[in-house]
Amino acid sequence: MSEHQTHFQSPLGRVRGHGSAKSGTHHWWMQRVTSLAMLPLMIWFAFSIASKAGAPWEVVAEWIGRPFNAVLLVAMIALGFYHTASGLQVVVEDYIRPERSVMLANLAIRSVCVLLGLLAALSVLRLAI
Amino acid sequence: MANSHDAREATMIGRRTDGTIIRRPLSPHLQVYDMMQMTSALSIMHRITGTAWSLGLIFLVWWLAAAAAGPDAYASVQWFMGSFIGVIMLFGITAVAWYHTLAGLRHLMWDAGYGYDIPTTYRTGWMVIIGTGVMTVLTWIVAIIAWAS
Ligand code: HEM
Repeated sequence: MSEHQTHFQSPLGRVRGHGSAKSGTHHWWMQRVTSLAMLPLMIWFAFSIASKAGAPWEVVAEWIGRPFNAVLLVAMIALGFYHTASGLQVVVEDYIRPERSVMLANLAIRSVCVLLGLLAALSVLRLAI
Repeated sequence: MANSHDAREATMIGRRTDGTIIRRPLSPHLQVYDMMQMTSALSIMHRITGTAWSLGLIFLVWWLAAAAAGPDAYASVQWFMGSFIGVIMLFGITAVAWYHTLAGLRHLMWDAGYGYDIPTTYRTGWMVIIGTGVMTVLTWIVAIIAWAS
C-alpha cells in the first residue's frame, strides 16, 4: 500500500469493486457488452429487413425461420431488450423522483421488456420449428 | 431541509463557508450548459434516440408476431408499414437507430480510452452525423430497390 492513501475507499473495497449499490460496475459493463454484441447484429438486421421490403408473407416467414437467421434474431431480441431495459433505467433514475416512483417505473419497464422480448422470441421460434 | 423521500437528496446538501446549509446546484444543468454546442447536443441526442428506438422496438415485435400469426396478420402490418404514416415512421426509426448505433460506437471508443481531445471529439461527432445520413439513405435505397422489384 502506498504511504499516502489518495482514495477514501479501502483497498479491499476497491478490489471488490462494490460501491453503495452493491453491484459494482455490473450495470455499466453489461450496457457495453450488449452494445458491442448488437453492433454487428444491427447492421445485419437493418440491411436484411430492408431487402425484404414489400416481400410477401411466404418469403418473409421462410427467411425468419431459417436456423441461421432465427438464432441471430433471438440473440438480437435478448440483447436488445436487456440493453433497452437497463438503458431506460438510467434515464428514469436521472429524471424521476422520488425513489419510490423510480422503482415502480423500472419494474414496469422491465415487465414490458421481458414480455415483448418473449413474444418476439416465441414468434421467431414458431416460424423456425 | 424538509423531510425527503429520496435518499439521493442526501448528496445534494452542502454548506456555505459561514456554515448555513444550502442545496447544491445540479450539474450538468441546462442553465449552465450551452446546448447549442455540438458536444452537448450530440450527447442528449444519444439519449433521445435511445428512448425513441425503445418505442420503435414495439413495431419490430408487431412485425415478428404478425409474421408468426400468418398471412392475414402479416398483410395488415404490411398495409400499415406501407401507408404514408407508416413510411414516415419507419424512416424516422431508421435514422434514429443509425444515429444511436453510430453514437454508441463513439461511446465504446471513449470507453476504450480513445478520442478525448477536442479536435478528435469534433471530428468523430461529424462522422456520426454524416454517417447517420449515409447509412439511413443506404438502407432506404436497398428497401426501395427491393420494393420496386
Ligand atoms: C435495440 C436497439 C437499441 C435500443 C432500444 C437502445 C436504447 C438505449 C437506451 C434507452 C439507452 C440509455 C440512454 C442514456 O442513458 O442516455 C442506451 C444507451 C446506450 N446504447 Fe443503446 N440502444 C440500442 C442499440 C444500441 C446499439 C446497437 C449500440 C451499439 C453501439 C448501443 C450503444 C449504447 C451505449 C454505448 C449506451 C450507453 C451510453 C451512455 O453511457 O450514456 N445501443 N441505449
